[in-house]
Amino acid sequence: MAVFSLNINGKKREVDVDPATPMLWVLRDHLDLVGTKYGCGIAQCGACTIHMNGTAVRSCTMPVSAVGDREVTTIEGLSQKGDHPVQKAWLEHDVPQCGYCQAGQIMSAAALLDSNPNPGDAEIDAAMNGNLCRCGTYTRIKAAIKTAASS
Amino acid sequence: MTLVKTSHKRRSFLKISAATGGGMLIGFNWMTSCSSPEEETIAIPNEWFEMNGYIKIGDTGLVTIYSPNPEIGQNVMTSMPMIVAEELDVNWEHVVVEQGMLDEDVFHNPQFAGGSLSIMLGWDALRMAGATGRRMLLEAAAGEWGVQVSDLQVRDGIISEVNGDRSISYGDIASRAVDMEVPEEIELKDPKDFKLIGTYQKNVVGPQLVTGKSVFGLDFKREGMLLAMIQHPPAFGMKVKDFNQQEIKGMDGIRDAFIIDTGYEDEGRFDVNAFNQLIAIVGDSTWQLINAKKALKSNWETESTLESNQSHAESLARDLDNGTLQEERRDGDPDSAFAGAAKVIERTYSAPIIAHNTLEPMNFFAHVNGDKVELVGPTQTPNNLKESTSKMLGIPLENITVAMTRMGGGFGRRLYTHYGLEAAAISSKMSAPIKLIYSREDDMTQGTYRPAYRSTYKAGLDENNNLIAFSVKGVGFREGPVFPNRFPAGAIDHYYAVKRVSPSNISYGAWRAPRSHFTAGAEQSFLDEVAEAAGKDPIELRLELFDRAKTNPVGEEYEYDAERYAGVLKLVREKANWGEDMPGVYRGVAAYFCHNSYVAQILDLVMHNGQPKVKKVWCAVDCGIVINREGAKNIIEGGVVDGIGHAMYSELQFEDGAPVQENFNSYRLIRHGEAPEEIEVFFVENDISPTGLGEPGLPPAVGALASALYRATGQRYYHQPFTTKEQDQESRLLG
Repeated sequence: MAVFSLNINGKKREVDVDPATPMLWVLRDHLDLVGTKYGCGIAQCGACTIHMNGTAVRSCTMPVSAVGDREVTTIEGLSQKGDHPVQKAWLEHDVPQCGYCQAGQIMSAAALLDSNPNPGDAEIDAAMNGNLCRCGTYTRIKAAIKTAASS
Repeated sequence: MTLVKTSHKRRSFLKISAATGGGMLIGFNWMTSCSSPEEETIAIPNEWFEMNGYIKIGDTGLVTIYSPNPEIGQNVMTSMPMIVAEELDVNWEHVVVEQGMLDEDVFHNPQFAGGSLSIMLGWDALRMAGATGRRMLLEAAAGEWGVQVSDLQVRDGIISEVNGDRSISYGDIASRAVDMEVPEEIELKDPKDFKLIGTYQKNVVGPQLVTGKSVFGLDFKREGMLLAMIQHPPAFGMKVKDFNQQEIKGMDGIRDAFIIDTGYEDEGRFDVNAFNQLIAIVGDSTWQLINAKKALKSNWETESTLESNQSHAESLARDLDNGTLQEERRDGDPDSAFAGAAKVIERTYSAPIIAHNTLEPMNFFAHVNGDKVELVGPTQTPNNLKESTSKMLGIPLENITVAMTRMGGGFGRRLYTHYGLEAAAISSKMSAPIKLIYSREDDMTQGTYRPAYRSTYKAGLDENNNLIAFSVKGVGFREGPVFPNRFPAGAIDHYYAVKRVSPSNISYGAWRAPRSHFTAGAEQSFLDEVAEAAGKDPIELRLELFDRAKTNPVGEEYEYDAERYAGVLKLVREKANWGEDMPGVYRGVAAYFCHNSYVAQILDLVMHNGQPKVKKVWCAVDCGIVINREGAKNIIEGGVVDGIGHAMYSELQFEDGAPVQENFNSYRLIRHGEAPEEIEVFFVENDISPTGLGEPGLPPAVGALASALYRATGQRYYHQPFTTKEQDQESRLLG
């Protein structure tokens, strides 16, 4: 066990955990930030996507010891009022079905638009291919990303 | 208007203060507002008045509607309350939705998510609940003003006199309405007067879902709760013997480790489970449990056959070709008709075992406290879980409560009770509240899988290319994939359908549109091949058959409405401009009726660098009255993607009794870049009582895809997944 001081959603948070603990479980079990979801544990489904210094990262394979003082953003911290352009576009297109993967989809989409404000279809596919949606909302997600890009 | 006898009794006449939340589980997303906070124009009430199990009216006019059924992504949490709100005549912007607890006496409705039945079975009860509330509010206002109910009208939760100036809001009259007798007869609206039903409404939980605030089963937390994980035998046909219990119990953060047994006498329909005995580990955090699982050294014993893909292919082929098949239907004299036919086409189709892979793995919270049990989590069958828990623990039903969380997908997987029972068994042993969590590997390798199927279809054409004989024979694990009285039964003079169940010790269950997802793919792509052999347009061939079924049906009965079936085909043909010359676009068509709804699809495929890519899927749907157009379109789109994805890519293979794929690095699911570029959905407009949409969008996609692939590649696709290499397709065919 070791104490880690983390910068999460703009706040300092301390946890005393095994250094190998993935950020996913630090967030969910120790910091009550359960918006970040568990889907596979091996970075294959994207449900656990968070931002580290603005880059999309799969938190299920990111040990807490490797985070350091980088800024971590989770779905809870993406915007103050749920009004990030990607979140607004998601509501406009009524994207979710079960909704379980959507936090991860939104975090991947937000990071994509941050680095590439006007992505084409192939760029969207490449950036989003690591995020599974079992309900099949892919066409709505792509439409919502395009709406967010144009806003 | 329609007069109906009511069956709604009030749960209580007590007014409920806002602080107690009406007995709901605090901590749930219970204030799920239909509008985002800034748009809210109505204050949070100080007092709530309960009209019946579905409706609670606040003194400010805010209305709470309880959604009775499990929410697995089919969006009943929006559509079911819309039905209540329609008959209650309240402004949808003033409605908040809460998930109802399991209590079928209160809801007068099976609280069940399966068979695409929620809307169909709930239709009358939900309308009646709304209309009963409306009537009681009207009677209270009439009493207050000394007038007749017939002198009054309602608009958006405001009661006013038809020929007078007085008006009063539901919020202001609710305190008196709860004292009214429940009416014995109420009036339901004529569908042509619907204002809310049939509109486009956003998912009421949308704002919570996009901000990560929705509480799924895996997110549920209770003070003092421990976490638990299980380890099941590595293969079907094996059983746990012992494990390094002392070593595991000594690990950091581990409270206990033991073997549970969830078996009991007289197991119910949804108690499907291959492994009653499991290793359970209880601890403080998920990561510590994952590490403890890695440190497990277990001994297993083999107690029955260890099956494999090879043994499955052999047994299905043997049973299909040489087994005794049970006859389900016979019309005319098919043997003579085939013998005398000018052309006979015979093709064999197969599909592999697949897993449900809900993105949220199985999990459940249980607190067995003496002779009381609290269960909270994701279940499609809360009542079955309650009954099974009662039997397993020997605790009376009235001492058990079940609350449904939001679910990260269902697809049939959460019809099965075993993971809830496992949570209850672990909590019982620990005498503590626990939440059981499956890893993805646990989830994928201890499934209630879609069984493998194998079917042979045969058609006979006369010299004028009329389809005179047709047969289907099907075998599968758990079930033979044959619906003897569905299309084309009733449309062909000489017909038979036979089936057989092949033995297997793997656990199988219902997987979204059970059997239909396979029969639609096989039958519809077979008909495409028959149409080609007959030199007919594939839509025309089907329409000829529907016409025959309608005007001069064969046999005693058949299970579809030929006119509605033909209707969706005609609609999709028109919308997609079928027959238009589109260079580089390869089209397939399919239509299927299942779960009481009709769906036809045209799928447009293009080839990119030698790889097929679905450009657009056109869907025509007849589900009767559409409740929420937005949600209805979304679920049909999802069905299309699901159908294409699984037919194209997915397979769970077995070796030595064990699933070969354990996670998404080896189990292939459809991803963003493989999804259709566009899906367009059209609804047939009618006033027929609504039927379900959770499943019917999926099956035709498989058939339309297979036929489009044929046009693009010149090769017919008989064996799923379609990405299987050509030589492997051949070997499967030979079995």
